[in-house]
Amino acid sequence: MPTKSNAMSADQKAFPAETGICSTHLAGVELQCDLSGCLFWPEESLLVVSDLHLEKGASFARRGSMLPPYDTAATIAVLAARIARFAPKRVISLGDSFHDATASEAMPEVFRLRLRDMMAGREWLWISGNHDPDAPVGLGGDHAEEAAIGALTFRHAPAPRFAYGEISGHLHPSARIVRRGKSVRRRCFATDGSRMVLPAFGAYAGGLNLRDRAFNGLFDEATLKAHVLGRDRLYTIGGRDLV
Amino acid sequence: MSKPQPSDFAQADLFSSLPKPFIEWFASKGWQPRAHQMELLAKAQNGESALLIAPTGAGKTLAGFLPSLVEIAGRPAKKPGEARRGVHTLYISPLKALAVDIERNLAIPVAEMGLGVQIETRTGDTPAHKRQRQKLVPPDILLTTPEQLALLIAMPDAARFFDDLEAVVLDELHSLVTSKRGHLLALGLARLRSLRPQMRSIGLSATVAEPDELRRWLVGQGPYGEICMSALVTVSGGAKPQITILKSRERVPWSGHSARYAMGEVLEAISQHKTTLLFVNTRSQAELLFSELWKINEESLPIALHHGSLDVSQRRKVETAMAQNKLRAVVATSTLDLGIDWGDVDLVVHVGAPKGASRLAQRIGRANHRMEEPSKAILVPANRFEVLECQAALDANYLGAQDTPPLREGTLDVLAQHVLGRACASPFDATQFHAEITSAAPYAELDRATFDRVIAFVATGGYALRSYEQYAKIKQVADGTWRLTHPRFAMQYRLNAGTITEVPMLEVRMARARSKGAAMRGGPVLGKIEEGFLETLVHGDTFMFAGKTLRFEGIRENACYVSNAQDTEAKIPVYAGGKFPLSTYLAQQVREILDDQKRQEALPKQVREWLEIQKLKSVLPRQDEMLVETFPRADKHYLVAYPFEGRLAHQTLGMLLTRRLERAWARPVGFVATDYALAVWGLGDFGNLLEQGLLSLPALFDEDMLGDDLEVWLDESFMVKRSFRYCAEIAGLIEKRHPGKEKSGRQMTVSADLIYDVLRSHEPYHLLLQATRADVAQGQLDVRRLGDLLARIKGRIRHKHLDQVSPLAVPIMLEIGRETVSGEAQDALLAEAAEELLKDTIA
Repeated sequence: MPTKSNAMSADQKAFPAETGICSTHLAGVELQCDLSGCLFWPEESLLVVSDLHLEKGASFARRGSMLPPYDTAATIAVLAARIARFAPKRVISLGDSFHDATASEAMPEVFRLRLRDMMAGREWLWISGNHDPDAPVGLGGDHAEEAAIGALTFRHAPAPRFAYGEISGHLHPSARIVRRGKSVRRRCFATDGSRMVLPAFGAYAGGLNLRDRAFNGLFDEATLKAHVLGRDRLYTIGGRDLV
Repeated sequence: MSKPQPSDFAQADLFSSLPKPFIEWFASKGWQPRAHQMELLAKAQNGESALLIAPTGAGKTLAGFLPSLVEIAGRPAKKPGEARRGVHTLYISPLKALAVDIERNLAIPVAEMGLGVQIETRTGDTPAHKRQRQKLVPPDILLTTPEQLALLIAMPDAARFFDDLEAVVLDELHSLVTSKRGHLLALGLARLRSLRPQMRSIGLSATVAEPDELRRWLVGQGPYGEICMSALVTVSGGAKPQITILKSRERVPWSGHSARYAMGEVLEAISQHKTTLLFVNTRSQAELLFSELWKINEESLPIALHHGSLDVSQRRKVETAMAQNKLRAVVATSTLDLGIDWGDVDLVVHVGAPKGASRLAQRIGRANHRMEEPSKAILVPANRFEVLECQAALDANYLGAQDTPPLREGTLDVLAQHVLGRACASPFDATQFHAEITSAAPYAELDRATFDRVIAFVATGGYALRSYEQYAKIKQVADGTWRLTHPRFAMQYRLNAGTITEVPMLEVRMARARSKGAAMRGGPVLGKIEEGFLETLVHGDTFMFAGKTLRFEGIRENACYVSNAQDTEAKIPVYAGGKFPLSTYLAQQVREILDDQKRQEALPKQVREWLEIQKLKSVLPRQDEMLVETFPRADKHYLVAYPFEGRLAHQTLGMLLTRRLERAWARPVGFVATDYALAVWGLGDFGNLLEQGLLSLPALFDEDMLGDDLEVWLDESFMVKRSFRYCAEIAGLIEKRHPGKEKSGRQMTVSADLIYDVLRSHEPYHLLLQATRADVAQGQLDVRRLGDLLARIKGRIRHKHLDQVSPLAVPIMLEIGRETVSGEAQDALLAEAAEELLKDTIA
């Protein structure tokens, strides 16, 4: 790599659009990580998203931090686009779909309509999260603590013990690398081939460094990989490059 | 505080306005009050506000307090049962330490004269019980900071607290007014004027380019745009300093900022003087200079290090040792860090170029607290361009030229904070409040519509989508006034008041590893470093701090843990580019020197030779031209431009220029900017393209680049995101980070970057984005200066196509590869890391 100051991104623009998806294997199942942060299981026509945190802006506003009231619209728009792209038969929202317990009920009607539109004609499963332990009000869909489909288990928070084939969220993983005196930090899918933690999907959902102690003991360090959400594509980074 | 000195202008009638204890006190010391002290007293007794401009050592502080002391001492004694007396004089300084120092120094004459004046400080360090007591029993003179003033005027009983206020004294005004702190202070002052219309203000300042700006700043502006100014008292400059440029026996390097070559000569100078102050521009330069000096300090001269990031106790130790004349030299970064008594400094050494003529004058002023004696200073340029710059600064000092930056219009984020503070004190009428705000000079141009948008922002965020009305923080009630809707917002305000959010810092602690693998344990605190720098380190990296070479162990909670490194050379070269850009005035002077054979004669021989060879190989630009050189080197082609407009403006120019070259298929790869020049490199043969007319310099440097190109780039720039965070914190949209208290807060807050992305795509003209863009354009990108440059060089670009690098281009060519990549290239780094993994997998 030549030395570059203020290098341009020309070399990255050469990648075709489909690099927005990257394949990965979990417990022998082939899955596709999407640049938006959702996960697709082609064999089952299943789309998984985690930590939508809908109405987070409104929740903050109630406490006096007037964040721009556009996060729910933004999150739903991206989700709608991915659903249109993958046309899944089933969708799992992996918990913390709503930022607080009152959010699903207090959410403006326009967003409820958009959600119902997306849900129509497909199975939809809300998994409970710590922010939204109960089923959302008046939106339909199924509700469960966790779910098992084929070789995979879906739950909000990763189990503290070893769990083969587990897909979870909750931790909002982000990867940080340091190169040439620069630190880069982005949301990512974290996996060691046995389990996977999804990035947060919500517009206002931040990230927690994979090196934070909250991730201690979850992954096999030797096989840990992060599928990092870049600007135009996903990058797969090895665990030893993560700091 | 400086002592008054006997002076020539002894006039008997000078004493007439002084009460007896003062006359006796001056006489007992064998002193006489100075003319400017008496002049200021006369103005104050006349009820006038005034600006005092004086060099260090002129007895500025005593001059500022004298009217208040005379007035307080002349008040009849308080009768038993009489209502409490409020604060008579409010003193505001940019530094807590300065306030504390003034308290100590003012106490001496007050005690000696037996005036019985109560003087107290109120800063962030003042314990709660003392603050409480100060509210009930206020001192006569309260010494405080701009942040504390903001908190004081936001108290529900602010009006009562200030009901006896007669005077405000603003120290180091020249440094206060240039920042957002200055904007907040200007608003606070306007508030005080509303509470006490007869109050007078006294500004104490070093010499500035435009005294009238400060004179306006001190007093209320007229309701119909009339310009009002305070009185002005100027003390002219004392003895001219003796400044020299180090004529080194060694070779002056082409580039770099360390001035390592001159260490022997600097140490020699230290050993020949009693006490030397060594100034540098950045903390990292200070660390480097300190360590280089100690490497060769065989006599073990006591040389210490002092900069704002070091732990307070360490700084106090150095200051005490300095005051007791126990040190021979101190390496320091900023005069502001040292507003304090510094013993007998008889030499100032400035290592690296001073970047501004006024800054140099202020620093040299530190050398001598007796204004009648000339200060002595040596400038040590770190590279050849800095020789030119030092020469320009020296000439400017001789002429007394000043180049302090022009004042900026007040920012909207600060105004938003002030509006909430105002509501915390009491309900307000928007029309009256708008009039009060426009009486503050920085906000004189604020129109009512913008002001109403700020109020809407404070109330509900001011979004086009009005979904937060029911959560409003302030509401307009039936009588038309705006009121706080809940007391907890006052609490929120108090926690977030102030404008110093600049850079998040982490504590640097020595790690006490008990045994291998055991958790790190905290040892002594060395100081604080920007989180941004620490984030670029990986375990095992070594860097210099607090005069030591340290090994980075990791970041835990909110502290950075380090250990002593075995090796003396630090692996991570801390970025040493100056934090101050070259001033417009000095830049102009450097261009003139390049165009003036006579002025070049004053330069050291090796620098003159360098310029001579440039004339042979290429050309020296005329002062009204911009030279552009193109040449090939190795497998790349280079385009080097010499605008001399400072690094920030060049950086922006570089971004925009590479975009244009890219569009013209000239295939640029990257660029680097210094204070003097800009180099772009790429795969296309820039020189040939220009000669064949396939590229055009007038088109490349056309002013229209400041239109759409700039807009597009701005929106993607990481600098904008960083600025947005500061604006959002100051405006109260997101909570400030409170070091040590954010343990549980990390996931509770929303990252400013995410908010920025959402806001930009949904409401690009929101007030906060407007404030952010204004900040970026004025500060980090220096767009105004870039605009001036493009206008200046229109039709005056001189192109030289060379077959090899020119002497003038060597310094910037050496910078290539030394700078790290910018935020825009972050994805490239991810790609690199990903490629490595791929290679490993295949191998």
